[in-house]
Amino acid sequence: MAARTASAVAPVRSQRRPRTRWLIHILLILSCLIVTGPILFAIIKATQTTAQVLSPSMIPGTELWHNIKTAWQSADLGIYMRNSLIIAFAVTLGKTVLSLMAGMALVYFRIPFKPIVFGFILLTLMMPTQVLIVGLFDLVSKQAPPTWVALLSWITNPLAPTPYGFNWSNSYWAIIVPFLASATGVFLFRQHFMSIPLSLADAAKIDGAGPMRFLLSILVPMSTNTIGALAVIQFVYVWNQYLWPLVIIRRTDRQVVQVGLNLIISTGQDTEWGLVMAGAILALIPPLIVFMLLQEQFMRGFALSAEK
Amino acid sequence: MNEGTPVFKSWSTAWLLLLPTVVILVIFLYYPALQSFVLSTYRSNLILGTRRFIGLDNFRQLFTGILAPMYRQVVLQSIVFSASVVILGLIVSLAFAMLANQKVTGSRVYRLLLIWPFALSPAIAGTIFSFLFNPQVGEVNQVLSRVLGIAPRWLDNPLLAFGLVVGAAIWKELGYNVVFYLAALQNIPGELSEAAAIDGANAWQRFRAVTLPLLSPMTFFLVFTNLAYAFFEVFGLIDILTKGGPVGPSALHLDNAGLTTTMIYRLYQDGFGGNGSLGFAGAQGVILLLLVGLITVLQFRYGGRNVHYGGG
Repeated sequence: MAARTASAVAPVRSQRRPRTRWLIHILLILSCLIVTGPILFAIIKATQTTAQVLSPSMIPGTELWHNIKTAWQSADLGIYMRNSLIIAFAVTLGKTVLSLMAGMALVYFRIPFKPIVFGFILLTLMMPTQVLIVGLFDLVSKQAPPTWVALLSWITNPLAPTPYGFNWSNSYWAIIVPFLASATGVFLFRQHFMSIPLSLADAAKIDGAGPMRFLLSILVPMSTNTIGALAVIQFVYVWNQYLWPLVIIRRTDRQVVQVGLNLIISTGQDTEWGLVMAGAILALIPPLIVFMLLQEQFMRGFALSAEK
Repeated sequence: MNEGTPVFKSWSTAWLLLLPTVVILVIFLYYPALQSFVLSTYRSNLILGTRRFIGLDNFRQLFTGILAPMYRQVVLQSIVFSASVVILGLIVSLAFAMLANQKVTGSRVYRLLLIWPFALSPAIAGTIFSFLFNPQVGEVNQVLSRVLGIAPRWLDNPLLAFGLVVGAAIWKELGYNVVFYLAALQNIPGELSEAAAIDGANAWQRFRAVTLPLLSPMTFFLVFTNLAYAFFEVFGLIDILTKGGPVGPSALHLDNAGLTTTMIYRLYQDGFGGNGSLGFAGAQGVILLLLVGLITVLQFRYGGRNVHYGGG
């Protein structure tokens, strides 16, 4: 099939006039410039001295390391990056594991009212966090109920404004726990498991494998594409979150790097744009690495299934 | 598809597997959603900590009361902003993806350069653009003032600021859209286009009659993910670039709110940004929830497919 497609395409390519080919190259270079131009600009500015940064000069300088070091240490970029890394890894791992478990339960187990349970999970796709922040803020930031009686009165009266909460503002829990479940993840794993022949599960059961054994030694190895795709989506999503950390985290030493960038911009009288650009570039690197590493799995596990 | 007989029978294991997901969704999505409705019926003040039940008064204020001109403008802006970002963004992305799909030497390098901004965040885009278009020290104005002798006030002129936010938002999303369009294009068999070419169809006709219809499921998917992006994710970009400002021109009756204030940005300002009135924010949250619900219904009605809103 591949060979046939190649031979069918080849004549078209050779028919193409050189002028058309040059035009395509020029347009491609132009579009690459539009896409990467602003980043190139940021990279170059991150290498310059303060005086050069404020001039229109676009010649790369030698101050990259110095700018990174200054941003990392005196502008707290190191702390922001550490916080973001902890949160992004925790949420990505948690979401993947929880979605795997729920997806498995939905496909391989007998559950009463299964469509309702699945619908209940899918319905949360209609609740973007950004819209929920008003309700989420009270729940996460308020003091914990002091007594069991208080807890009971809270639970039995969910229609009153939240009286208590988890008291998590300024801790990592606030930006990790609310995001551990994923309707997207459950959906992707369910779809994938349903495409695996059921006879495989039957065979595993006959061989004496319990559900856990089946999950770990058969389902997980067969789901690398879906796991990779989900990891990319979740890592990029969590790493790039802005509104919720901005609202809930008040202590700067717990803040994430996306909000931290804005803090670096607004420190002091004049913005140190060289440091800011260095920070912006560094903040881009972790999700970029994850995307590049898992790109193949992402394409096979998600991008192509999106149009089915 | 094996929707048939379940393999394992144990109820307890099944619930153990499901419970973490269900518990977190109930506590951190369903309960806050419910609370948005509850808070929308209260007059609350974040700073004073006071709270009083006022029924639908918050909604009345937003729709017919003193806040109505402001909120009407914000809703209108959100719609114009989202439509611009989605329509222009998808057209540019499709053009880039079709270029990247051409079989020319070095196409792998071109593709890589075009899809890597998938990982870009709205906040980083906002940060870079706020330096690039800084009126005094930004590269754009330094070059413009040298070459043409002009220095536009990108962030103070309402229409320029609006255009800049639209441009930055489109730019940020290019990588994401090109990834998906490119994947879809690579799945289209080349034979179809060739058959049309043999039948005498020119490039534009082939695009209209073959490529575009075959891409429509992907376009459908991208329209909704981009809508969610334009309505909610763009927040970080706006917060860093313009903070919702500047106030629109009074000649056009757009002086009731900052011209780059979208619905989610206004919700933030009312709830957390100094106004400290969670009730109005709650009411706006309810309006947005209903809007998302409406769009989802439309999407199922006309597409019958599942669309994922990013990391939800």
